[in-house]
Amino acid sequence: MRRWPFILAVALLFLTGLGIATYRYLDTGMPPLPGQERMVWQIEARITFSANGDAAEALLTLPPDQNGFEFLSETGASPGFGFAIDRAGPQRRAHWTKRTVEGSQTLFYKLDLVQDTGRRVVEDEPKRRRAVSFDGAYATAANEVLNALRPKSANARSLAEQLIQEINTDPLDQNMSLLLQRYSPVRLTGALLSRANVTARTVKALRLRDGRRRQRLRDYLQVWDNDGWLLFDPRRGLIEDTANILVWQTGNPAVLEVIGGTRSRVTFSMVSQTHSALGLARERYNPFDLSLQSLPIAEQGMFKLIMTLPVGALVVVFMRLFVGVPTSGTFMPVLIALAFLQTELLAGLIGLVLVVGAGLLLRFYLSALNLLLVARIATIVVLVIALVTVLAVVSYRLGLISGLAITFFPMVILAWTVERMSILWEEEGPLEALIQGAGSLLVAVLAYSVMNLAAVRHLAFNFPELHLCVLAAILLLGRYTGYRLLELHRFTPFLKHSP
Amino acid sequence: MNWLISPQALRRQGVMGMNQRNLHFVGRYNPRQAYPLVDNKLRTKRLAERAGIPMPALIHEVSRQHQIEAIEPDLGQLDEFVIKPAHGSGGKGILVIASRDRDAFVKSSGERVDLNHVKHLLTNIISGLYSLGGRSDDAIIESLVHTHPMFTNLSIDGVPDIRVIVFKGFPVMAMLRLGTHASDGKANLHQGAIGVGLDIQTGESIGAVQRNRPLSEHPDTGEPLQGITIPNWRDLLTLAARCHDVTGLGYLGCDIVLDADKGPLLLEMNARPGLGIQIANGNGLGERLRAIEALELFAPGLEVRVDWAMGGIGLDQSRQAGR
Repeated sequence: MRRWPFILAVALLFLTGLGIATYRYLDTGMPPLPGQERMVWQIEARITFSANGDAAEALLTLPPDQNGFEFLSETGASPGFGFAIDRAGPQRRAHWTKRTVEGSQTLFYKLDLVQDTGRRVVEDEPKRRRAVSFDGAYATAANEVLNALRPKSANARSLAEQLIQEINTDPLDQNMSLLLQRYSPVRLTGALLSRANVTARTVKALRLRDGRRRQRLRDYLQVWDNDGWLLFDPRRGLIEDTANILVWQTGNPAVLEVIGGTRSRVTFSMVSQTHSALGLARERYNPFDLSLQSLPIAEQGMFKLIMTLPVGALVVVFMRLFVGVPTSGTFMPVLIALAFLQTELLAGLIGLVLVVGAGLLLRFYLSALNLLLVARIATIVVLVIALVTVLAVVSYRLGLISGLAITFFPMVILAWTVERMSILWEEEGPLEALIQGAGSLLVAVLAYSVMNLAAVRHLAFNFPELHLCVLAAILLLGRYTGYRLLELHRFTPFLKHSP
Repeated sequence: MNWLISPQALRRQGVMGMNQRNLHFVGRYNPRQAYPLVDNKLRTKRLAERAGIPMPALIHEVSRQHQIEAIEPDLGQLDEFVIKPAHGSGGKGILVIASRDRDAFVKSSGERVDLNHVKHLLTNIISGLYSLGGRSDDAIIESLVHTHPMFTNLSIDGVPDIRVIVFKGFPVMAMLRLGTHASDGKANLHQGAIGVGLDIQTGESIGAVQRNRPLSEHPDTGEPLQGITIPNWRDLLTLAARCHDVTGLGYLGCDIVLDADKGPLLLEMNARPGLGIQIANGNGLGERLRAIEALELFAPGLEVRVDWAMGGIGLDQSRQAGR
């Protein structure tokens, strides 16, 4: 009965629960509220080539870590081929090998990534590559183009924009049309920028569009601007919103190299999913993690229900100790609430009242038979099953699919409810049975409403440590000695004594 | 707002709530292992017999089927008796036989039953039909209580009893419980029986309530509920106080009946007595319980405790003066 150690223990429980939850939130980025969704892209690179009959090797350059994307997982599924990821070069490369292979081959590389516009990858300014040398007339033309544009531009960015604009104007400037006879627009822009001492590179990138198949990489221009790369479309200029552009390859080596094969090509297909943020945190887990998410999906579903039970228990404790609602059976309401979670409220409520009501009628007949308790309950279980069957079949025949939901109620719980209600009825009278029945139902519906809150289900399952806080609250209520709310009504006769 | 009372007002009057009762009194002063002593009326009877506490006399106990087959000669000599289950509650499974008419047994209501009916009831009792958990039970055959004539018009059917709350051996509050038609003759407040608050010092009635509402006369008989005085009050309190000594329960309710010939008899005990007694008395238990908790007496004797109780320990002296 010492007070302070108890309060200390409760506070410790509470803080521990909250602390672990906070830590996990910070560590895994598990969202504290449900439904915070982010776009997940599943990208598939499909490589086809025709093998010569000897050893074959395929090398696919893989996209670099970059702003705005976070890689979740990658696989290279290809039957018969050895697969490895080669990290030696400037960019990672997927490497497939096979000793002898002939005929047309298909290799897959799958990449899952999340769009995270806030994500930044810190890069140093790359060493400037030697400027492309233009010879003869081209050099003169290039110098003239640059001399014309330089006064109009303030920095690398504006110079690039001017250049792209100039290349895409119609009619073309004389110098420009000369240069374009020799160079592709992207290469020309890159070369001119280099000549102007701007760090620029041409990259190959994938435009992410949901559900697209057989997509190809396209050429873009990247220009270094103080602290990062700016992406330019060689036809339209600066791309402000790069959220849907995944840079795949930035220079050498080539995107795809196939040795021992011909007619090689790579195409991309992609789908997006609005994975809840939760799913992402889940996939990020390491194998040593002891969280509920490491369980198989079916068991997770089970635990999603089980984990709401403590919350329901808290509601019951609160309603009984603080409000003073009478219930038949201490935790029967939680079990009923649990069943409601599976049936949906209205269908469950109607089904429960129907079955328990009919069961009560039958039970009155049984009580005339003078059976012993165990036999009595067993009989009621059988009768309840019969009632449930009839209810399910009849409602289904009538086209009320929701009538089938009654099967979610645990039969033994229904039988016990019938038994308890009938004992109450006989011992305390119908009024008391009605009051306690209504009380149980009220508490059950309340527990259901709380257990059914998306936030509660989310937190209970994903932050199971928060149950320590629930426990602390239950312990605290367990020591509540004040009046129950309903006692304030019960003791109203004392009003006349109070001044 | 006359349907709600503020917690402050209740606290000021020392009204005890259910949580407080359970945590501070039942939980703290009633050892778990003492519960069977009061839950099983057969054990209560044996205990009372050893300690010399008067109860309706135990005539027979029946725990096996073969005893029922051989019950006829035992019952043959009895003109009146009561059969009840040892673990019964709420008055279920009780048969009151008030007289004999040759072979037939006459119930208190005048209805006649035969021996087979009695045997059938005994079978039901021992098979656990009336015990709460459905466990097999014992049947008790005990002597009939002759209701004190002063209660003739005060109670319907059942025997009125006096509930005394005993805390640490001190009687602290009492009420007379009268059966009504609404309660089906049972003396249970929440079933609709009348609770008449009794002055713990004198045994005089203070006021009466039925289902939380004050009333001045019996709803069925019209008998006034004022001016009732329980005779031999001190004996009754002494009897209640002794229940604490034999059970070791620090917070208990004793149900005592007044027999016309034998005086106060203990009927049964309750380890978690209800709170309605406060409403019947128009007074909270809190002050009295606290006053007794604060008493510094070393193992006070029986008479000492009854003296304290009749001296009005924990009673609000100002309110007392005004009465």
